[in-house]
Amino acid sequence: MAIEFKDVSFAYPNGYVANEHLDLVIRDGETLAIVGQNGAGKTTAVKLMNGLNKPTCGDVLVDGINTRERSCAQLSRTVGYVFQNPDDQIFNSTALAEIEYMPRYLKLSEEEITRRCGRAVELTGIGGYLKMNPLDIPYAIRKFVAIAAIIAIEPKYLILDEPTAGQDKRGNETLERMIRELSREGTGVIAITHDMDFVTRNFPRVVAMAHKNIIADGTAREIFWDSKTVGEARIKKPQIAQIAEGLKLPGDILFCGELTEAMRQEKRSI
Amino acid sequence: MTAVELKNVNYKYPLADEYALRDVSFRFVEGRFYGLIGENGGGKTTLCNLIRGLVPHFYHGELEGEARVFGMDIKEHNAEELAVRIGYVFQNPFNQMSGIKSTVFEEVAMGLENLGVEKEEIIRKVEEVCHFLGIEELMEKNPNELSGGQRQRVAFASIIVMDNEMLVIDEPTSQLDPQGTENVFEIIRNLKEAGKTIILVEHKIDMIAEYCDEIIVMKEGKIVCSGETQDILSRMELLKYDAQIPEAAIWGHEMAAEGMPLSRIPITTEQAVQYAVERRQTDGN
Repeated sequence: MAIEFKDVSFAYPNGYVANEHLDLVIRDGETLAIVGQNGAGKTTAVKLMNGLNKPTCGDVLVDGINTRERSCAQLSRTVGYVFQNPDDQIFNSTALAEIEYMPRYLKLSEEEITRRCGRAVELTGIGGYLKMNPLDIPYAIRKFVAIAAIIAIEPKYLILDEPTAGQDKRGNETLERMIRELSREGTGVIAITHDMDFVTRNFPRVVAMAHKNIIADGTAREIFWDSKTVGEARIKKPQIAQIAEGLKLPGDILFCGELTEAMRQEKRSI
Repeated sequence: MTAVELKNVNYKYPLADEYALRDVSFRFVEGRFYGLIGENGGGKTTLCNLIRGLVPHFYHGELEGEARVFGMDIKEHNAEELAVRIGYVFQNPFNQMSGIKSTVFEEVAMGLENLGVEKEEIIRKVEEVCHFLGIEELMEKNPNELSGGQRQRVAFASIIVMDNEMLVIDEPTSQLDPQGTENVFEIIRNLKEAGKTIILVEHKIDMIAEYCDEIIVMKEGKIVCSGETQDILSRMELLKYDAQIPEAAIWGHEMAAEGMPLSRIPITTEQAVQYAVERRQTDGN
């Protein structure tokens, strides 16, 4: 089971081509980050996964089913997409109503609705905000309301579009815990982000996009230490990797401990 | 010269149970670049709202203590006049855009238009700012059809075109890629060099370390620590306040703990490389 892109291109109705010849396989249960500069085609590509966008050429298959043959509403039960801007997504008058909306739409039992919402709330840490109008909730926490509303659908694949934007230390920690937990339970998590430290810590696989294409697909270490990819996708190496590069240390260093260890090795060899 | 002086300020939003600002005292000096950091909900945006006069003029609520902006009590200020002197870039660009203008050019021009600036002058200024921010190719586009990152640059442009003497900027780069972020910080640096006072809320701690003169750390409505950037961002205790410090600083502390201390705790990549090279030379001798 997987999400498969087969030579997929996409053009908006006004003729603007946003994706060209994408080939990609995301197996279920995989955690993957998509990185690249603004306008590289990241959001357009993930919207092809749940049928919000349908390919202009080529095919996108979700667990073997061509997205052309299903509506976005049908696909969203399998592939959940959390919008970059929570205000594009949220429309209910309380956070709880927002989270319960899809489970109720799916006519689940009260017991099941309570279970799913409870789990979504726990994973996103928004227990203190359930009775509030989403518009009165601070922006960074409102993003968690949008995430919880999608988690409650229990999709097989969860797509997060810039979840780290505007998050503080604690928000990032909640996100990291949530991704770990979902991944442990077998949910595939696909995130678009500009925060490279966040990528390094949480995603075993990284896809880099530039000018409408996928230009690299590998581990964080491979991506960040490939200067051609870093330059082309205009991403920024994590600070520790930048320091290691400045010191010309070997070993494609990404983490603090590795940098300290490399300094120790060097000292010993003197 | 003092731009803003706060003495024992407490503030509570209407109907709120808790104070959003607690015993806040601080002096903002003209021409300095301040980085405001700390947890969400810690009072950063409320502090911006106070300086900008939205507290108490728009939000009302209970304001105690003394808050003087440009030498005058904030309560005495006229909110419209303050808006002309202090530019405010919203946290969420989706909220800032007027929604009533059909091109980016008109959106950026709106503030100047409202002030009755001459047409030729408006065109000149808008073109200059759009060039400055690299959004010329967006000028004829509909602001409502832009990507998140593009909107954020347009929202920023429509404030800096006003050429205010002071700028309060709430997370201007949250939707931007590293290159876009770097550009925005370069622009803010230029504005500072032109003599403007800048108060910036930002989570990207490596950028804060690179550009700001002074840091203010907030938690639960209080200023828990403040001072020169180099001093504040090298402190591990910031983590205790749920604020971040640069990875470079964390590494500096780790090196010290492992018996290989650097001459000082670095807060930027350049410093880390420099101090580590010095350490190598010492070890080599």
